[in-house]
Amino acid sequence: MASITLSNVGKVYAGGTRAIGDVNLEIADGEFIVLVGPSGCGKSTLLRMIAGLESITDGEVRIGDRVVNQVEPADRDIAMVFQNYALYPHMSVRQNLAYGLKNRRTPKAEIERRVAEAAEILQIGPYLDRKPRALSGGQRQRVAMGRAIVREPAAFLFDEPLSNLDAKLRVAMRLEIKQLQQRLGTTSIYVTHDQLEAMTLADRLVVLSAGRVEQIGTPLEVYRRPATAFVAGFIGSPAMNLIPARAVGHLPGTAHAGLVGIRPEDLTITPEGNIEMQVQAIEELGAQRLVHGLTGGETLTVTMPSDMPVSDMLRLSVRREALHLFEAESGRRIG
Amino acid sequence: MIENRPFLNLLAHLTLMLGVAIVALPVWLAFVASTHGPTDFMSGTVPMWPGPRLVENYSRLLETGVSTSGTPPVGTMMVNSLIMALSIAIGKIVISITSAFAIVYFRFPFRNLAFWCIFITMMLPVEVRIVPTFQVVADLGMLNSYAGLSIPLIASATATFLFRQVFLTIPDELTEAARIDGAGPLKFFRDILLPLSRTNIAALFVILFIYGWNQYLWPLLITTSADYYTIVAGIKRMADAVDGVPQWHLVMATAMLAMLPPVAVVIGMQRLFVKGLVETEK
Repeated sequence: MASITLSNVGKVYAGGTRAIGDVNLEIADGEFIVLVGPSGCGKSTLLRMIAGLESITDGEVRIGDRVVNQVEPADRDIAMVFQNYALYPHMSVRQNLAYGLKNRRTPKAEIERRVAEAAEILQIGPYLDRKPRALSGGQRQRVAMGRAIVREPAAFLFDEPLSNLDAKLRVAMRLEIKQLQQRLGTTSIYVTHDQLEAMTLADRLVVLSAGRVEQIGTPLEVYRRPATAFVAGFIGSPAMNLIPARAVGHLPGTAHAGLVGIRPEDLTITPEGNIEMQVQAIEELGAQRLVHGLTGGETLTVTMPSDMPVSDMLRLSVRREALHLFEAESGRRIG
Repeated sequence: MIENRPFLNLLAHLTLMLGVAIVALPVWLAFVASTHGPTDFMSGTVPMWPGPRLVENYSRLLETGVSTSGTPPVGTMMVNSLIMALSIAIGKIVISITSAFAIVYFRFPFRNLAFWCIFITMMLPVEVRIVPTFQVVADLGMLNSYAGLSIPLIASATATFLFRQVFLTIPDELTEAARIDGAGPLKFFRDILLPLSRTNIAALFVILFIYGWNQYLWPLLITTSADYYTIVAGIKRMADAVDGVPQWHLVMATAMLAMLPPVAVVIGMQRLFVKGLVETEK
């Protein structure tokens, strides 16, 4: 168990391309941090820098109170779960779990105890003597997590561990990872591009874009008060409507803003509504439906209960508090 | 084949049988010849069925050898060939797997240059460089020795290239997982790379063993002492009877014996061999 501190961490590749710029982050002991962002935003690179698989060109990474910039991955006291599991194909599940401990010259009895314990936690006991290729995707994922657990490390690093699983299993494993982390209380850093996974797992979210931190906060903070237009558009499903202010200039308080953000679920359909939307397409989701349309030449999405009739023209209203206002150029939040 | 028509099946089997006959007939003739007396094959009609002298011919070869041609007993030559083929196969595998490991997993200056230098040697087979190689081996005093028989043939670009390709298919994450698991380079090599290339090593061993066993020109050139004759070169010497008719029945019997070890290796390692050539999943 340990805290992890990143101070002014950056990475510039040999060719001069900047992958990560100036990241500051304090992760408390036992906290579950999710790094989230679109592909290519540098979230995996940042994780791999913490793991020691990528060099750190600027700043400092501390695990506990030790600066680990020059420390080998094996000596950083971390364990990593990879997207494609990275199990050793020629070893049985038991050997996979034990390999890291064996390399650290852990006594045999202790290895056996920890493997048995991890197998118990993850319910992979019956498969201990199988080879990875005889396991299903979900089972392999468990073994990969088992390999992390047996090490009893200061921190778990997850690199998109669920993206190779099918949708249903992903939801189940997501919950399991969350419960497991709460039970073990190990500091965890989790990388994903899936904002839903990020919201459900995180104690705190770190939203990244183009190698920079856009916002750090609890899932609800980030959802309720996105710091930039990028975060506003990225977190939340369906995505927030971001409309140039001139298109909805008649709304209160939008005079100085460049962009106005309105979540589809914050728009209500009422005859007195002061936003007029011309309906273009409807997506049925079951309990509710998504209605896409145009207002003042800009596209707008609104969610509505599926039992409500839809006409070609809808009148919508939104509360002042539900408006997110952003500067046009920097995308920074102004109200 | 998706279609299942009796006529096509028959045709396919006939083709295969024809193929087998073409390959097997010379071997059969060699076997038949090895069971007859010295004059039977010179009489004008080639016998098609085994004769009565099987035990006599083979025991003479194994016990005394063919004194007229100056070759040692077949047993000695077989052992020589075995030592040479094994040294070449194992030596090639050891050297090429370690050099492929260096080329794929380490960043050092002139890494690519080193790889291409190895690669270029593929254009220079033994026959092309045989005179300078002989000179070097002679200067090092390795004529008439097992070292002289095997070392010049050990360096192998083909095997290095093959192992390089095998290592490139091993996902990076596996290397990284091993790094996090505390496996240093040598441990990674021993615990992960070697087991994962097991089938490729086996396939390569089969090919290289046969390559080494069948070496003809090089052993013929550098061995002048009968103690170091290999069997393949020995057959040639036997057939070259200086004064008189070659003893074809004994030459053929030797050829039959010379075939046995490669056949044993192929049959024994068949499953691994095929797996090593077709397996892609890592």
